[in-house]
Amino acid sequence: MSSIESGDLVSCRLAGVERKATYITSRDSYAVVKLGSGYNVGVPFEWISRIGAQEIPAPAQILVSQDDSLPPLSIISTGGTIASRIDYRTGAVTSQFRAEDILTAIPRLGGIARFRTLQISSILSENMTPAIWQQLARAVYDEVAAGVHGVIVTHGTDTISYTAAALSFMLTTPVPVIFVGSQRSADRPSSDNMINAVCSAAVATSPLGEVAVVMHATSSDNSCAIHRATRVRKMHTSRRDAFASIGNRSLGHVAYPSLAVTLGVDVVHRGSHALSLRDGLEERCALVQFAPGMSPSVLEGLSGLKGLVIAGTGLGHVSSAWIPALKDLVAAGCTVVMTSQCLNGRVCDRVYDTGRDLLDIGVIEGEDMLPEVALVKLMWVLANTASLDEAALLMREDLRGEIAMRSAHAT
Amino acid sequence: MLPDDIGLLAGIEIHQQIDSRRKLFCNCPTAMRVTSEHTGEFSRYLRATVSEMGEIDEAAREEMRDERLFTYYSYDTTCLVEEDDEPPTTLNEEALGICLQIAKTCLMTPVPQVHVMRKLVIDGSNTSGFQRTALVATDGTLPGGGLIETICLEEEAAQRVSDAIFSLDRLGIPLVEITTSPCMHSPREVRDVAEYLGMVLRSTGRVKRGLGTIRQDVNISISGGARVEIKGVQELDLIEEMVEREVTRQRTLLEIREELHRRDAKICEDAIDVSTLFAGTSSGILKNASCVLAVLLPGFGGMVGREIQPGRRLGSEISDYAKKCGVGGIFHTDELPAYGVTPDEVAALKEAAKAREDDCVIIIAADRQRAACAARQVTRRARYALLGVPEETRKMLEGGSTAYMRPLPGAARMYPETDILPVSISDARWESTVVPPLLTERAKVFTERYGLDEGLARQVAFSDRLPLFEEAVAAGIRPALAARTLLATLRELSRDNVPVDRIQDSSLIGALLAVEQGQAAKEALPDILSALAGGEEISTALGRLAPQVATADLDDIVARIVGERKAFVRERGMAALGPLMGIVMKEVRGSVDGQVVSKALKDAISRELSV
Repeated sequence: MSSIESGDLVSCRLAGVERKATYITSRDSYAVVKLGSGYNVGVPFEWISRIGAQEIPAPAQILVSQDDSLPPLSIISTGGTIASRIDYRTGAVTSQFRAEDILTAIPRLGGIARFRTLQISSILSENMTPAIWQQLARAVYDEVAAGVHGVIVTHGTDTISYTAAALSFMLTTPVPVIFVGSQRSADRPSSDNMINAVCSAAVATSPLGEVAVVMHATSSDNSCAIHRATRVRKMHTSRRDAFASIGNRSLGHVAYPSLAVTLGVDVVHRGSHALSLRDGLEERCALVQFAPGMSPSVLEGLSGLKGLVIAGTGLGHVSSAWIPALKDLVAAGCTVVMTSQCLNGRVCDRVYDTGRDLLDIGVIEGEDMLPEVALVKLMWVLANTASLDEAALLMREDLRGEIAMRSAHAT
Repeated sequence: MLPDDIGLLAGIEIHQQIDSRRKLFCNCPTAMRVTSEHTGEFSRYLRATVSEMGEIDEAAREEMRDERLFTYYSYDTTCLVEEDDEPPTTLNEEALGICLQIAKTCLMTPVPQVHVMRKLVIDGSNTSGFQRTALVATDGTLPGGGLIETICLEEEAAQRVSDAIFSLDRLGIPLVEITTSPCMHSPREVRDVAEYLGMVLRSTGRVKRGLGTIRQDVNISISGGARVEIKGVQELDLIEEMVEREVTRQRTLLEIREELHRRDAKICEDAIDVSTLFAGTSSGILKNASCVLAVLLPGFGGMVGREIQPGRRLGSEISDYAKKCGVGGIFHTDELPAYGVTPDEVAALKEAAKAREDDCVIIIAADRQRAACAARQVTRRARYALLGVPEETRKMLEGGSTAYMRPLPGAARMYPETDILPVSISDARWESTVVPPLLTERAKVFTERYGLDEGLARQVAFSDRLPLFEEAVAAGIRPALAARTLLATLRELSRDNVPVDRIQDSSLIGALLAVEQGQAAKEALPDILSALAGGEEISTALGRLAPQVATADLDDIVARIVGERKAFVRERGMAALGPLMGIVMKEVRGSVDGQVVSKALKDAISRELSV
């Protein structure tokens, strides 16, 4: 049976009746076959015998012409799927990365811009690494240098905010760099991919000039929110409107279907910065979330670390039992930054004794930075500064909108 | 009656909701709601990608390419799974168990490993854009020897509130779909098979009851005709009528084809703009439209207006196709002048279209884009008329006629639901699956064991009060009393607008036990049950409507009443029994059985007469 391949025509004896079927795959030691009705069933391998290979009709290619009068945009894929195709013969869903395929799947894109595409990786976003962030930053730099009016990066949603934040620090950009993903797979008619994609294209051609994440604003298909890359967080495992700007308002909205882009007053505008790339990252960094009773011995495994971000309790605390171990880390040259599990609000280690002890041993208050953003920033700052003092200074300074120097009363 | 030589072939698909505690792929209850109770609302677009269109014809493509916006109502009994904002849970084992019971009853063979599929449905009735469905068993047998091809476990679709608004309460309720082969040859046979399968489903005691909980689709073809699938037949009584009307429709379409060929009928593909002709018309529809297009059908005169089914003409079929483009309908010269269109306007129209005597002109009024789309649909359906009967999915209309819905689905557009793990059905599970006794068998038992007559026994077995009947009999209530009360008494009360559904099962059994134990007269049951339906406690109702009357008290009452009417008794003799019965019964207020009262009264009258 090892000679059977997916898509082969087989004879399958089901309920005592021989019938033709298509072999799909092996699952839990069953042979999964697709019957003439389209249904898949699992049967013992003894029940099937191979008849032969099936001719695979080539998928119909639709010619897509691009409108040269429209602004050029670049779509860079990292693994998030903006478009996919289903093979109903085998049920396989394949991601589409070529411009023609994307435009075929989402024809409305063709009316917004003309596209060039680039695939730099094809991974689940939990498998993303700082090395790929760097590769992506270089690719975006090259595209912008080549003259595109904006870049769209498709990315799995789990870690999209890490990558977007990393690019914010590594790259200064005169044009929008828009990260987009989908919470529902692109193969389903209800997927949020299409609306997120066309909204991201609308933002990529807008007057915005910074790195942002564009995703559904509500559970309805009526608008997308534009989030600053250093303030965005995935706040729900599955909903379409999982992404939220924490601690400040989003940068703006895109109405759907009109695609009217509304930007807030404090956005960075197109052309405000010259293109530059500083893609160094210190990878020997970690993020640890403190919990009551957690032994300081967890820090022992972190020796050799150059940077540590702690997601502490409340105003930015860990138990006093951690102070000696943290002191050792700092003494060994590790930069330690305190953030809060509250996510909303500013760290202040000057109110309680434990906080003052933390400051005494050299822990840096991470202001109102999101823990993940503080981690990414620390990696970048450590690789791009000459001294730890300078690094400490930069960690408390707002570089890319990651820190709000004033805590405005959010309404 | 239909002639035998028509070559009728029919098959049935039955969809039945399962009465499980939770939905097929989430933990929400399977409760239907009143739409005004919805607690949330959201809107989504559904769209098919190019690859999903497969070989679908141009018309469907036109329909599907449009992004369509749908609005959904959510409730405090629905969750993110119905909203397509959370992955589904594992397959509901309870529902699978019930499905296996039905499969085993139908002598089917289960598949070794069940895989859930996604079947594309983009009419808005599924938030995801697909319906989850799984093939559970195959190859069963009908009593007449016909083949039951498959049984599938599916999720129910959302219910349409109005055009593009759907209600999520129904979405995800487990549904079994039983598909027979095209093994039926007469309308009667179709009805019988539908009835039999309905009975099999109800025999499990685990299916939903009431309107909309069971739906039949019927596949019909005749010699020379085409396979047509008719959706959503809810009433069994209409199946025969519907099959007969479909046969008539196909035969008439074939006759129309012959006539069109004889006339060498044609289709003019290019619609002409006749907007100016109707600039001053008194027809509201034509006047309000920005564009009026005309399609000439040479040789179709009289055929478009020909009736093919009660209330339906070839023109109705053409109109159904045109409506897919969002127009309200069509006018054709076979029915004009009418609808505010004058004879002069018809003459001008025919002249503009260069129509001859036996031609037909069809006009469409809408904005230019829709009118042009509808004109293409008109020529498309007219072309089918030259070929005979088109393969179609149709929906049933009131009375049993049908209307066009969409083309028959081509190769099944299904792909695996990767979010749900496959479920293996072990030999042990299949062997331990209990086949419930069929309702017909139970009716037989009720006749043999309880002495119920056949009609009543069948009524009990098929009633949705069957479980209550069995509970009552187990509690020691005589089957005849239980059956009569549950079927006749409750039905009569319900006819008098007593809300009998509010009576709790335990109270109902309590009332019947009171009768059995001589604490209440069965004559008092309607009053007691009405009180229970009104929310009264069983003890209060019994105390009020059947107060305890001791035998001695009864004798006193009887003696007093007879004593007060001595002259009457002496005059009438034993014939006084009837009138006096009423008086005594009124006094004991239903607490003593009529037979007991009768006996006491008889004794008292005899005594009085013998004095």
